[in-house]
Amino acid sequence: MKTVQSVANGRFSVEMEVVGSGEPLLFLHGAGGLTGIDPFLEELGRDFKVYAPHLPGYGESTGGEHIDDILDAVLFYHQLMDELKIDSAHWVGHSMGGMLAAEAAAVDNSRVKKLVLVSAAGFWLDENPIPDFFAAQLDELAPMLFHDPNSPIAKAFTAIPDDFKALEMMYVERVKRLAMASKFLWPIPDRGLKKRAYRIQAPTLLLWGESDRLVPPVYAGEFKRHIRNSREQLLKAAGHMPMYEQQEAFCSAVRGFLKG
Amino acid sequence: MKFTWFHLMPYRFLPEDFKDKYRSVWVDIPRNLYDPKVGHRLYNDYLDQLEFADRMGYDGLGVNEHHQNAYGMMPSPNIMAATLARRTRNANLVVLGNSIALYNPPVRVAEEFAMLDVISGGRLVAGFPVGTSMDTNFCYGEVPATLREKYYEAHDLIIKSWTEEEMFAWNGKYTKLRYVNLWPRPIQKPHPPIWIPGGGSVETYDFCADHDYQYSFLSYFGYIAGQKVADGYWEVMAKKGKEDNPYAMGFAQCVAVSETDEQAEKDYAPHMDYFYNRCLHVYNGFADAPGYRTVKTIKAGLLGQVGKDAALRREGLTWGDLVEQGYVIAGSPKTVRERLREALKSLRCGHLMLLMQLGSMPPELVRKSTDLFAREVMPYLRDLWTGYEDRWSPKRLPESEIAVPAPVQFELEIKTNGHARKGAESASEARGAAK
Repeated sequence: MKTVQSVANGRFSVEMEVVGSGEPLLFLHGAGGLTGIDPFLEELGRDFKVYAPHLPGYGESTGGEHIDDILDAVLFYHQLMDELKIDSAHWVGHSMGGMLAAEAAAVDNSRVKKLVLVSAAGFWLDENPIPDFFAAQLDELAPMLFHDPNSPIAKAFTAIPDDFKALEMMYVERVKRLAMASKFLWPIPDRGLKKRAYRIQAPTLLLWGESDRLVPPVYAGEFKRHIRNSREQLLKAAGHMPMYEQQEAFCSAVRGFLKG
Repeated sequence: MKFTWFHLMPYRFLPEDFKDKYRSVWVDIPRNLYDPKVGHRLYNDYLDQLEFADRMGYDGLGVNEHHQNAYGMMPSPNIMAATLARRTRNANLVVLGNSIALYNPPVRVAEEFAMLDVISGGRLVAGFPVGTSMDTNFCYGEVPATLREKYYEAHDLIIKSWTEEEMFAWNGKYTKLRYVNLWPRPIQKPHPPIWIPGGGSVETYDFCADHDYQYSFLSYFGYIAGQKVADGYWEVMAKKGKEDNPYAMGFAQCVAVSETDEQAEKDYAPHMDYFYNRCLHVYNGFADAPGYRTVKTIKAGLLGQVGKDAALRREGLTWGDLVEQGYVIAGSPKTVRERLREALKSLRCGHLMLLMQLGSMPPELVRKSTDLFAREVMPYLRDLWTGYEDRWSPKRLPESEIAVPAPVQFELEIKTNGHARKGAESASEARGAAK
């Protein structure tokens, strides 16, 4: 169910998908944002009450001018939890969302029961540079994001709309979203998590598609090195978007870890 | 009517197959295509050309800032302006400009511009571009979404540092300084005239109108395509109740003069082709980082200067098309006079920025075109806009107070001792020797 919530006395307006029932699970989307067709949220909703807020700049959420850096973003999520009256939740963060979830945990462990970082950004390894996602053209995105760039799901993700109005809308949407994302990811997706990750205490699952070419699985190892109570799990036949490309395996891994 | 001779300083020797083999002239162009020995000759040729323009009576000499770019080899235009300040006497130094969000702290720009203004005796035009996405976001790593805000703050700080009588503290979002105390300070009061080079962002119209700055549209598409931007600017000026003074508008135009229209094609067509197909070959992914242009500008339908759209618009254009569509104003002095008068009137432009060294154009052609224009075109256009006051040109010291540089000693020695300058006489020869 789609909700719109005013946060911090109207400083932010937050569009949010709220699905299912159970323990609260906060899903933080990646730089591309939610797509509007995100069946994995429903699937997770069978066991959890899933909250998937759109970061300002994404969807209909507003207030992006109040978020300049990591701390602003972390406090935005904490404020949202305060107003939803959620003391502590499972956090599942994908890509940029994984970076923000890890940062949020490092700032305040008490808000995090368990943490799932999916293909998460936040570190930079000179020997394994992350490709320039911002400069990538539509036809270069599919091989960057998907195990099988020719699969129907990959094609749907990177389709170019035929009519001009839709194309313009897609372009404007992309600009709005990536303009916000660039505050954390441009030009190098490292804002100092390596100094702070030692604080993370929550049991942490590092869930990666084994053929992730955007943030390669070697980064899972980097997270493992920094987060004490963490373990890696690779998903077969999945790239950077495992929740879309291997929904079943993805949901079962998340469920297994959070319920276990 | 005022004329600024504007140099981009391109690398003239990109390979034939550049466009097929490499994705971009800018940002990630392979370093091995650059030969510093050739660069040495090119810089010196180009500075000679600017100095020649000064002698020929052009009102301004234009330089600008680009990074990691084979068509614009001036990461620091201030270095060029500094040497021109010593080697020229008359023309204004139009630095268009420094991308002020890139300097940390931005008072660095206030200092260097003050130095240039003082060295030149008050001949400086201070240009403050936001900077292209290639330069600012991709080469210099600025976050696209906050670039403009940082730019505005840098602007406010620089202006205050020039105009405030007392030392002050600056508690900005991007710059924090306990002691701002500019030393030296510019000759021109309250500060050098400010020109804002724009590529068609709607915000820039408002910014210029609100601050009484000159708006310079730096287009490579010529005056016909540029009309939309000029109209947008004048519309904003009218809406804000500002005077429609043509000197408040600058426009860059490729211009090439020869003896006849036919000769112009022979002379310049291959170099224009080099300019459009090699110099402006920019990878589309670098053209417009998300957040660089505002949603307002995108919705206004203003197309970018480089990237896929720009390339598609130019695809397959012949010399005849380029001339016809106003990309270049070229031909005999008579043709150029007529086309330019029409262009300047329809744009309402009082400051023309002449792009006269185009692409691979060699020094002898640049000299010919520059010379012909100065003698046979410029005088016939001077009468445009006589009723208007040009409030955007520098106010220099009186002649009696201007310092005269000592003659260059080594040139005298070369003349007296009779030995010719050693080494290659042209960049082409330097290139041959390097092979």
